[in-house]
Amino acid sequence: MNINFTLGSQVITFAVFVWFCYKFIWPPLIRAIEDRQKQVAEGLAAAEKGRLELTNAAKRVEQELGGARERALTIVGDAAKRAQQMIEKAKNDAKAEGDREKAAAKAEIEQEVARAKESLREQVAVLAVAGAEKILRREVDAKAHADLLGDLRKQL
Amino acid sequence: MAAQADLSPTSYISHHLTHFKVPFAGGTLNLDTVIMSVVLGVIVLAILSRAARNVTPGVPGKFQAAIELLLDFVEGQVKSVFPGNRGFVGPLALTVFVWVFMMNAMDFLPVDVIALGTHNISDHGFRIVPTADINTTFALALSVFGLMIFYNIKVKGLGGWVHELFCAPFGSNPLLWPFNLAFQFVEYVSKPLSHSLRLYGNMYAGELIFLLLWMWAATGVVGAAIGGVLALGWAIFHILIVILQAFIFMMLTAVYLAMAHEHH
Repeated sequence: MNINFTLGSQVITFAVFVWFCYKFIWPPLIRAIEDRQKQVAEGLAAAEKGRLELTNAAKRVEQELGGARERALTIVGDAAKRAQQMIEKAKNDAKAEGDREKAAAKAEIEQEVARAKESLREQVAVLAVAGAEKILRREVDAKAHADLLGDLRKQL
Repeated sequence: MAAQADLSPTSYISHHLTHFKVPFAGGTLNLDTVIMSVVLGVIVLAILSRAARNVTPGVPGKFQAAIELLLDFVEGQVKSVFPGNRGFVGPLALTVFVWVFMMNAMDFLPVDVIALGTHNISDHGFRIVPTADINTTFALALSVFGLMIFYNIKVKGLGGWVHELFCAPFGSNPLLWPFNLAFQFVEYVSKPLSHSLRLYGNMYAGELIFLLLWMWAATGVVGAAIGGVLALGWAIFHILIVILQAFIFMMLTAVYLAMAHEHH
């Protein structure tokens, strides 16, 4: 156990080694480790955020779906109501049309009847005059008896 | 050492515990210690610097992960005792840990087999465990001691440090100044001594026990068998000591520097 110059040389060697480690080894390694720690922390935070957003999105989708379902139901209901209305209206229209046709036909028939009555009346008047002529065997002045004939026609 | 069967136990052991001394600037230099410590330090720092050059904050490779594990371990240990800025103490602790570990680990190599090669370098002995040389452990401990003084003055100021020398731990009464100073003196002397001697003693004793077992192994077949088994056991136990002593040395380095930052 003797101290000699080795001591000094070891001090210098040690100093050089520590300097080298301090300068070239420790900083890049520790920086890499700390950078990775930061990256991992950021990644974890991002994952957490992503999960939260996913939950929110799912909730939003659920809401949207609910709204859409409701709207669809309304639309279907409206359509059914509308169809009902249309059918009702068509029925009413048809009925009105039929009524109107019926009324027109009736009016025509009545007109026809009236016209027939009129012509019948005239013919009956002519026949009556002819009958009266035959009965009187003489000519009846149509002009002189026009009033008479007119009264007669009115009585028919 | 069959070729040197004529050697006595004393000469065997003293032969293995002799440094490769060369004259240097009017003194001596343990060239074996210097060469081994430099080579081991360069190897381990080269490994680390390779990791540092190719480091990426992304997905690490297995090599990088292993180095980061080591770094994280050292950083965590230092953090637990050293609360301040670890910009310098971190790399210091890492260097101490890996370098001392490498130097301690040389104890695993079988001395007589290594000696076959090192005898070509030095006929008078070549010790391959630099930490079993008091010069190495003293050099490390004194460097830490110097840093301790440096940080004391840097953190507290020269006046604050001198004040602490006289007024801590017993109190600032002038009557207590001599006691405080004596206490502080013992504390400051004991720190580098215990720091260096603990490592030196462990490694030296480890080496010596191996030598004793190998000597037993040289007595014959039975001795070889028993000595071999015991040496195996000791080597396995020594794995623990090698790591533990490197760890303790690193921790004490951090603790001493942390204490230098404490105000009393």
